[in-house]
Amino acid sequence: MSARPSSTATLSEPLRAAPSPTTVTADARIPLRGHLWHTSALVRRNLLWIRQDPESMFDALLFPIVFTLLFVYVFGGSIGQSLGGGQQQYVQYVVPGLMAMMGMNMAQGVGTGFNQDFNSGVMDRFRSLPIGRGSVLFAKIAVELLRMLFATAVLLIVGVLVGFDITNWGGLLASVGLSVLFGSALMWIFLTLGVTMKNAQSVQAMGFLVLMPLQFGSSIFAPPGSMPGWLQAFTDYNPLSNLADAARGLMVGGPVAHDLWLTLGWSVALTAVMAPVAIHKFRTKS
Amino acid sequence: MTRIDTHPEAANSAVTVRGLVKHYGETKALDGVDLDVSEGTVMGVLGPNGAGKTTLVRILSTLITPDAGQAHVAGYDVVRQPRQLRRVIGLTGQYASVDEKLPGWENLYLIGRLLDLSRKDARARADELLERFSLTEAAKRPAATYSGGMRRRLDLAASMIGRPAVLYLDEPTTGLDPRTRNEVWDEVKRMVGDGVTVLLTTQYMEEAEQLASELTVVDRGKVIAKGGIEELKAKVGGRTLRVRPADPLHLRPLAAHLDELGITGLASSTVDAERGAVLVPILSDEQLTAVVGAVTARGITLASVTTELPSLDEVFLSLTGHRASAPQDAEPADARQEVAV
Repeated sequence: MSARPSSTATLSEPLRAAPSPTTVTADARIPLRGHLWHTSALVRRNLLWIRQDPESMFDALLFPIVFTLLFVYVFGGSIGQSLGGGQQQYVQYVVPGLMAMMGMNMAQGVGTGFNQDFNSGVMDRFRSLPIGRGSVLFAKIAVELLRMLFATAVLLIVGVLVGFDITNWGGLLASVGLSVLFGSALMWIFLTLGVTMKNAQSVQAMGFLVLMPLQFGSSIFAPPGSMPGWLQAFTDYNPLSNLADAARGLMVGGPVAHDLWLTLGWSVALTAVMAPVAIHKFRTKS
Repeated sequence: MTRIDTHPEAANSAVTVRGLVKHYGETKALDGVDLDVSEGTVMGVLGPNGAGKTTLVRILSTLITPDAGQAHVAGYDVVRQPRQLRRVIGLTGQYASVDEKLPGWENLYLIGRLLDLSRKDARARADELLERFSLTEAAKRPAATYSGGMRRRLDLAASMIGRPAVLYLDEPTTGLDPRTRNEVWDEVKRMVGDGVTVLLTTQYMEEAEQLASELTVVDRGKVIAKGGIEELKAKVGGRTLRVRPADPLHLRPLAAHLDELGITGLASSTVDAERGAVLVPILSDEQLTAVVGAVTARGITLASVTTELPSLDEVFLSLTGHRASAPQDAEPADARQEVAV
C-alpha cells in the first residue's frame, strides 16, 4: 500500500477535475470536512424528494394522528380504569409510549426507501464517485430524523388536543431527544436490511414481523403488570419498554434513571455495532 | 510494485486488464479477460447479454471486486486504489443512472457537489453541461418526465461533470429508437473529440463501427477476438450484400453463378428463399461492383440490391462457429436467422 505510484496518471492529468485541496489528502482518504460536505449535498437531494413528492410526508403526519386517536378512544377507557383513573389517565400513559413507537416506525420506512433507491441505477453512480460511502447513509438518516421530529410534533399537538398535560417542558425536550437518538440507532438496523435484502417488499415484511411483537410486547400501550410472567420477562428486557418508561418518567414524572441509562446504552450499542455493518454492506454490495 | 514494473508495455494504456476473473457461483461472468485501451481511443467491447460486459465495467468502476487478476485504470489499481481511481472515471450505466425524482439541473448540481466543486462552480458546470447536451429547456423538470433519449443525455452529462480521463459507456443505446440512438452517438463522438478515453460495451456491430476504433469481442466471460474494427470486419466478412432478383426462379442459379465466379473470396453465398434474396459476403466496393456486373452479364433482372453490416449473431458465427449465447432483441439479425443456420 505504501508503494502507491504517486504520479502514474500524469498523461491524463489535464483532463481531470482539479480536486479541491481541502477535501482530498495525499492518499485520497476523505477527511471529515469532505464527509460533511458530501453528506450535506445528499441531504439536499433527499429534501428535494420531499418537495417533489409532498405525499411522502403523509405517513409522518397521519401515523401519530391515527394511533393517538385509536388508542385513546378505543382502549383509553378500560386501560385507564385499571390504571386507577379513566381515559385522561391513559392519555398521560400512552402519549410518551407512542413517542417511543414513532422512532421504530420511521426507522422501518428508511429501510424500504433505501432499498428502492438502491435498485435504481443512481446508487451505482454514487458508489463510483470519490465520496465517503457512509455519506449516502448519513444523509438518509439525517433526513429521516427530521421526518421523525415532524411526526413527534404532530403527536404532541394531537396529544394536547385530546387532553395530554405537559407538566415538564425540560423533560419533554429530553424525551424527544432520547427517542430521536434511539430511532437513529434503529435506523442502522433497517438500513442494513435495506441494503442486504433483495426488494422493498421483503424489507417491509421483515420489518413488520420484527416490529409487531416488539411494539406490543412492551409497556408502550399498556402496563405489563397484567401480562403473563413469560411476557413480562420479555417486556422487561424490551428496549422499547425502557424508552417508553424513560419518556414517561421525563414527561409526566416517576422513576427515570434506570430506563434512561438502559435506553442510552441500547442506542450506543446498536449504533456501534450496526452502523459499521450497514456501511460495510453498502460498500461491498455488488 | 508500480504499474510500470508489472506492465511495461502499458505505458500509454489508460485501461489495462490482465486475467480478470469473476465468478457468481457456477456462472463464470469473467473467465480470464485481458484488455488494453490506449489513451484517447474508443475501445468497443462487443458481446451478447451475459457475456460479462457489465461485470467488467462494474469491476473497472470499483463497484465490485474481481476474484482474480489485475486491472489498472489511469495507473490506479482497481482493488488497492479505489479512491484515487474514482476521481478519474465517469460511468454511464446500462440503465440511466440519474435520480428520476430530481430535476435535470439538480442531478448535475448534486454530482458537482459530490465531486468537491464549490457551489458556484457546480452551478456553472450544471448550466454548461445542460446547454451542451441540449437539455436547458428541461432543466427544471424531474428526470422522470424525460424521454429515453433525454435521460441518456442527462446521464452522459452527469458522467462528464468531473472531466473524467476514462469514460465507461455500458450499452449506452440499448432500448433506444434509431433516431435517439443517433443522437446519443453524436454526443459520444463529441466527447471522444475532447480526448476522453472511452470503454464502450455494446451488443451492436453497427454501434461499435460508429464509435470504436478497436474492438474486443467477448463471449461467456472470455475474449474471443480483438483487433481494429477493419481487421475484424475483414475476419467476419465485412458487409453482406443482399441481392433480390425480380424472378424468384433465378435465386438458385444466381447463387451458383456467383460461387462459380469466385468473386466473393472468403465465404460462399447463401440463399434466403423466404425473402427471395441471395446473400453475398463482401469485403470491398470492388467486390460489390463485380457482383452487380456479373449479375448484369448473366441478364438477370434485379428487384433490389442492399448492403448490410453483419449482425452480432453473424459476427459470432464467423468467429466462434456458434451463435451468440443469448440472441438479443428483434434486431435485423432475426430476419436472417433462418439462412444462417
